[in-house]
Amino acid sequence: MARSTADVETTRSAGAPPPSPSGKEVGLTADGTGSPLGLLFKILALGLFAAVAVFACIPLIRTERWVWLAVVVVVTVIAFWVYLSPRPIPLKYLLPGTLLLLVFQVLPVVFTVSTAFTNFSDGHRGSQEEAIAAIEGASLQRVPDSPVFSLSVATQGSDLAFLLLDPDTGDTFVGTEDGLDELQGADESDGTITAADGFTVLTTAEVAARSEEVATFTVPTDDGVIKSQGVSIAYVGAPQQTYDPACDCITDAVTGEVWTADGDVGSFVDADGNALAQGWQVNVGLENFSRVLTDPTIRASFLRIIVWNFAFAIITVVITFALGLLVALALNNSRLRGRTIYRSLIILPYAMPVVAMYLVWREMFNTDFGLINRMLGTEINWFGNTASSMIAILLVQLWLGYNYMFLVITGALQSIPADLTEAASVDGAKKFYSFRTITFPLLLVALAPLLIASFAFNFNNFSAIYLLSEGAPFSPDNPAAGATDILITYTYRLAFGGAGADYGFAAAISVFIFLIVGVISVVGFRQTRALEEVN
Amino acid sequence: MAIIGTQAGPALSTPDDTPPPYEVVELGGAQGGWFRRVGWSHLVGILALAFSLFPIVFVVSAALNPVGTLSSSTLFPTQVSLVNFTDTLAGSFPRWFANTLIVGVLSAGVAMFISASAAFAFSRFRFRGRRGGLLSVLLIQLFPQFLAIVALYLIFTEITDVWPAIGLNSIWGLTLLYLGGALGVNTWLMKGFFDTIPKDLDESAKVDGATHSQIYFGIILPLVRPILAVTGLLGFIGAVNEFLIASVFLTDDRAKTAAVGLYGLIADDQTRNTQFGLFCAGAVLLAIPTVLLFMYLQRHIVGGLTAGAVKG
Repeated sequence: MARSTADVETTRSAGAPPPSPSGKEVGLTADGTGSPLGLLFKILALGLFAAVAVFACIPLIRTERWVWLAVVVVVTVIAFWVYLSPRPIPLKYLLPGTLLLLVFQVLPVVFTVSTAFTNFSDGHRGSQEEAIAAIEGASLQRVPDSPVFSLSVATQGSDLAFLLLDPDTGDTFVGTEDGLDELQGADESDGTITAADGFTVLTTAEVAARSEEVATFTVPTDDGVIKSQGVSIAYVGAPQQTYDPACDCITDAVTGEVWTADGDVGSFVDADGNALAQGWQVNVGLENFSRVLTDPTIRASFLRIIVWNFAFAIITVVITFALGLLVALALNNSRLRGRTIYRSLIILPYAMPVVAMYLVWREMFNTDFGLINRMLGTEINWFGNTASSMIAILLVQLWLGYNYMFLVITGALQSIPADLTEAASVDGAKKFYSFRTITFPLLLVALAPLLIASFAFNFNNFSAIYLLSEGAPFSPDNPAAGATDILITYTYRLAFGGAGADYGFAAAISVFIFLIVGVISVVGFRQTRALEEVN
Repeated sequence: MAIIGTQAGPALSTPDDTPPPYEVVELGGAQGGWFRRVGWSHLVGILALAFSLFPIVFVVSAALNPVGTLSSSTLFPTQVSLVNFTDTLAGSFPRWFANTLIVGVLSAGVAMFISASAAFAFSRFRFRGRRGGLLSVLLIQLFPQFLAIVALYLIFTEITDVWPAIGLNSIWGLTLLYLGGALGVNTWLMKGFFDTIPKDLDESAKVDGATHSQIYFGIILPLVRPILAVTGLLGFIGAVNEFLIASVFLTDDRAKTAAVGLYGLIADDQTRNTQFGLFCAGAVLLAIPTVLLFMYLQRHIVGGLTAGAVKG
């Protein structure tokens, strides 16, 4: 007890009141929360936290995600310990931020890197067992000489059930997820079952609403599975391609072809090296990275993308800075009337919603109806060729970015002492000469961190590219990579572009972006001396 | 919204517009004609104004254009009608707009409070792991969240299976995500500002028997209001303008934010022409809160910008 009091005294500083009136080690008032309002808030916050934690656990238990459950429990215990014990005062302030940062910022980065070493993609999603199930399910064929049932889709509670009528024998069955049973006392009309005790027969519209569920619903039987075909027929099907654990291979019963599992690539491969479309997720090591560097098509587009990515970011910074500087110099004129009006109107684009304004610009560049072609009297397909696409993008970037530069340059200009240029002027220096040798270098020194930040931001300016050109124009030899794509839009297309998601490869490109951003940041640190603030 | 940490505190002053109380006599001030003295300033200013304003004028006139197609929209309005606005308000737009406000206000507001707490701890306490923690925050805030979009999508696909309420197609999931993404940058910016508040203040309060929470809520928070305003506002504008994550996460019309919804309005070749008026009306309505906030907090923002916030 004495020792713990001593600890408390060192964390809090001398002169603080004893940690808790009752001297308890852990408790609601243990850290000196004395006011009724504070207590009430604390009780409510912790109670709410506990309630959320309990609710979060229910689906975890139901779906048997034990690791997640353990994490939730541990986090809850830590939270209660931190807020009920007197000692960890800094943690009381750091815990919420730390947890959220870990989950939504650190974990995604770690997960990106680990995904980059896998073949996670549309054909390689789950485990090998899931791949086998999908292959067998996709190759279902009607078992010869088996009955074709007339089908009525029904529900039992919320579960789907198939009410089946064999038109040859008149026997009725009910098929559920668990298997097939005889069905007694069903009403029939026109050769289909219209009602049965304990079941609700669905109408055509209701079936259509659950069509996906109905299409994948299967009833296991001894000969195979019963599967629907359309909404009114069902048949007994058996997989034409089956898995044999003995040889770890898939055999096609009709053609006799054999595909053997290849754990290195996560696919079933035949003797000629052709793989089945459905594979499973495996670790492929550096394969994704080496593809970028060795596949000639990908390497060529990747290098082109990197060059344009740097050019895009650098040119954006340079032109916005140049125009911002010109306007700032012009308006930083003490004899000019109406400076405030100029300033607040010039920076208006900065306050507009960016996404909408990018789209407005895209439509202004529209080939057929766009304002720019109409005003110029031209019919240029702006995003149809590389040069005009780049010019259009940079023009929009100039519009969106120069007013910000104008703002910060105006601020920096006013902080440069006038004595310096005045002294130069007394010594006979021309205005431009003193600007070039005194004002401009000082500006650059003052604004270097901002220029680097602007570069870093534009380096990954997804909206600018995606909302304007969408990467266009595309060359026929690699339709995944456009001429104005930057790395982040390329990543986006690989993962979500519609031409088959390739998450592993997209994650590998993300890792390249991480590396580049890291290098840029080192340069940034040198300039901003941000590291000195860590003290 | 990418922000590289610099000395946040001292830079929060705004460029001073008001002329000094005395007349500044500039050397060579009487030289040259009217054009060399102020004329060229007006010329550059007017050209810059025209460049800045013409797309905005075009949006407004397209929004007021009763025909509502891209091909009939002109730079200056030829006919004025509010039909696009009434149509927009009758469609999904109010829902998107509300979603945007909820996501923006909640994520920015909560992130502001949580980062302020973290910044307080880093600025006022000396504890084991403090330097490591600060270095991690510095490192983390360099990598914008959306760079990990592939992993975010895969993680949230799993979350959707377990907790659909905060999964894909839910504004609550997106709010949490934005909240987590803003913390690194905010904390780093705020810590610099907190350091500029003299420690004597909290030490004298401690001597008088104040607890750490009384010091935080009663003394520090009121003093750091400027940086709270800046981070809150930047967070809000960042959430309103975020497109990449939102477009991947929100595919259900009811869950869309305004940015994603407006994008969808003119996503394909047919609607691009016919719904342009609707789109512009939505864009103008969406601009109102951000422009108003910007005008209202302009002084703070200008300072915050020089502290390192970058857009466009």
